[in-house]
Amino acid sequence: MAVSIEELQAKAKLLRKHIIRMTTAAGSGHPSSSLSAVEMITALYFGGFMKYRPEEPHWVARDRFILSKGHAVPALYAAMAEAGYFTVEATMSLRKLGSIFEGHPNMARMPGIEASTGSLGQGLSIGLGQALGMRLDKLDSRVFVMTGDGELDEGQVWEAAAAAGKFKPGNLTLIVDQNGYQQTGATKDVLDMRPIADKFEAFGWHTQVVNGNCQANAVAALTIATNIKDRPTCIVSQTQKGFGILPLLEAEGDLNYHGKPLSPALAEKAIAFLGD
Amino acid sequence: MYYGELSGLKLGAATRDAFGDALKDLGAKHPEVVVVDADVGNSTRTEPFMKAFPERSFNVGIAESNMVSVASGLASCGKTAVCSSFATFLLSNAFDQLRMSVAFPKMNVKFVGSHSGISIGEDGPSQMGIEDVSLACSLPGVKVIVPSDAVQTAAATAAMLADHGPIYLRTGRSKVAILYPNGCDFQIGKSIQLRDGSDVTIIANGLMVAAALDAATELAKSGVSARVIDMHTIKPIDEEAIAKAARETQRIVVVEEHLMHGGLGSVVATVVARTVPVPMAFVNVGDCFAESGDPQGLLDKYGLNPAAVVAAVQSVLR
Repeated sequence: MAVSIEELQAKAKLLRKHIIRMTTAAGSGHPSSSLSAVEMITALYFGGFMKYRPEEPHWVARDRFILSKGHAVPALYAAMAEAGYFTVEATMSLRKLGSIFEGHPNMARMPGIEASTGSLGQGLSIGLGQALGMRLDKLDSRVFVMTGDGELDEGQVWEAAAAAGKFKPGNLTLIVDQNGYQQTGATKDVLDMRPIADKFEAFGWHTQVVNGNCQANAVAALTIATNIKDRPTCIVSQTQKGFGILPLLEAEGDLNYHGKPLSPALAEKAIAFLGD
Repeated sequence: MYYGELSGLKLGAATRDAFGDALKDLGAKHPEVVVVDADVGNSTRTEPFMKAFPERSFNVGIAESNMVSVASGLASCGKTAVCSSFATFLLSNAFDQLRMSVAFPKMNVKFVGSHSGISIGEDGPSQMGIEDVSLACSLPGVKVIVPSDAVQTAAATAAMLADHGPIYLRTGRSKVAILYPNGCDFQIGKSIQLRDGSDVTIIANGLMVAAALDAATELAKSGVSARVIDMHTIKPIDEEAIAKAARETQRIVVVEEHLMHGGLGSVVATVVARTVPVPMAFVNVGDCFAESGDPQGLLDKYGLNPAAVVAAVQSVLR
C-alpha cells in the first residue's frame, strides 16, 4: 500500500477537526455520529480502496461510497474536502441557507455524493442497485455502503441483505458503523440487533468484525473485503460514538451526545485535545 | 356491458397488458431499460420483458421498499429502471423510498402501478389502489400518467421511457374499450379532446373516459352538448385545455376511479379556481374504502358509471 497507517492516522485527525469545526460553526448537526466513522471513511478515500476523480465526479468507472447514515455527513464532507472535491473552508457553510453542504447528503445538489440519504434504511438497497448496474456494464467498480447499527432496526436493510444474498454482487461492501448508540440510548437497550455478523452470514454474505476505530484494522478489513468477488461483504465496524474526544464528552456527562454540536469553547478544547 | 359500448366502441385489452407488451417490445430497442419486480410481474405484466431479457430483470421478492431503492441505484448507473407492483402496494408501502430514493434525487425511475381503482373487483379493498394518484402527485418533480385504453398505454409507455426522470404510470386490470387508432399521438401533459361540446366539459382519465363518452352520448339525447377530454396526464396538468373548456362550456365535471382527495378532481379544481372559475362537480370513489364484489356491481354501487356522470352534469346545469 502506498499510504502508511501513520499517514492515514494523521488524515483521520484532520477529518475529526473539520467535523468539529463545521458542526460547531453550523450550530447543529451530529458530530459524535460522524466521529465514530472516521477511520473507515479515511481508509476508503485515502487508503487506495476507492478510485474516484474529484475533477470528474461522474466518471463512469469510479467506485462509489453511500453514506446511508446520512446524519454523519460532516465526516463525508471532511473527507471529500481533503480529497479535493472542494475546499475545507467551503464546508464551514454547513447547514446554512444557500449552501450545498446540507444537513444530510443531497446528490442532486452536490456532485460526488452517490445517494441522497437521511431517511434511514435505504442506502444498502441503493448500493445493491448500483452494484448490479456496474455488473451489467461489466465495470470493475465497487460500491461501499455505510449504515449505523441503529439503522439496522429498519426492515428495508434486511430486504436488501436478503436480495444481495440472492444476486451475489461481489462488488458490494457494507460497513456497519456499530458505535453502540442511537437517538434515545444504547442500541442494545433500544432494539438489540446483535449478533450482526451472524445475520448477514445467514443471508450468504462474507462477514468480518473489527475494531473500526483502529486505522490498521480498518485497512486490513477493507483489504480482505475488496478481494472477495463472489458475494457481498459486510464489515461490522465496532466503534465508539464520539471517538477521539471521548474523555471530553464523558466530562460533559453524555457519551451518546446525539445530534448536538460542541459549544465553541468545548470545540476549542476538543481540537486542542486531538493535538497536532 | 362495458364502458364505451353505448358509444359504439370495441372492447380492447386491459391497460396492464398493453403496458407489458409495449415494455417487452421497447426493451429490444432500449438496452438501458431494466426491470425490478417485487414478485408480481405476472400480475403487473412486466413478465414478458423479464422472460425476454432475464439479465436485465431483477425479482427482489415481496419487498416493495427494496425494489424501489434498487431501481434508484440502477438508475444512478445510467439505466432506465422500471419497477412495478399493485398501485396501492407500490405507492403506500414504498412511499418513503419513492420520495427519498427517486423523487428527491430526480432518478430516472419509472414506477408502474397496476390493479388501480375499485374495478379490480373480488380481491377487495386491500388490493385496490385508490389513493395512488394523490400520493404520486404529492412527490415534487414526478410526472403522473393514467392512460385510458390499450393503444394509448402503449404510446404512453414509449413516451415514458423516452422521458428522463421519475414517472408514475397507472394501469388497470379490467379490459377497456378502444378509444384510439394504432399509432395515435401521445404527448405527456397534452390532453386529448375526444368529443366537442358547448354546455359542459367532462374531464376524465383511465377507465372513466369511456364512461364519460357514454354519458355524453346519453346527454345528447336530451339536447345537452358535452365536451369530453381525456386528461391522461395529471402532472404536469394541461392548464390550457382546462381553462379553455371552462371559458367555452362554463361547467366542468371531473370523473376518476380514485378517492375524492388529491386526485384528478383536486388538480383540475385548482386550475379552474386560478384561471376561469366555473361551477364544478366531481365523480369519484369519495372518502371511503370499497369492498369485494363483481367489478360492474362495485362501479355501480360506488357511483362510477355513466348514470352517475349524467347526474353530475345535470347538477351543474341547474
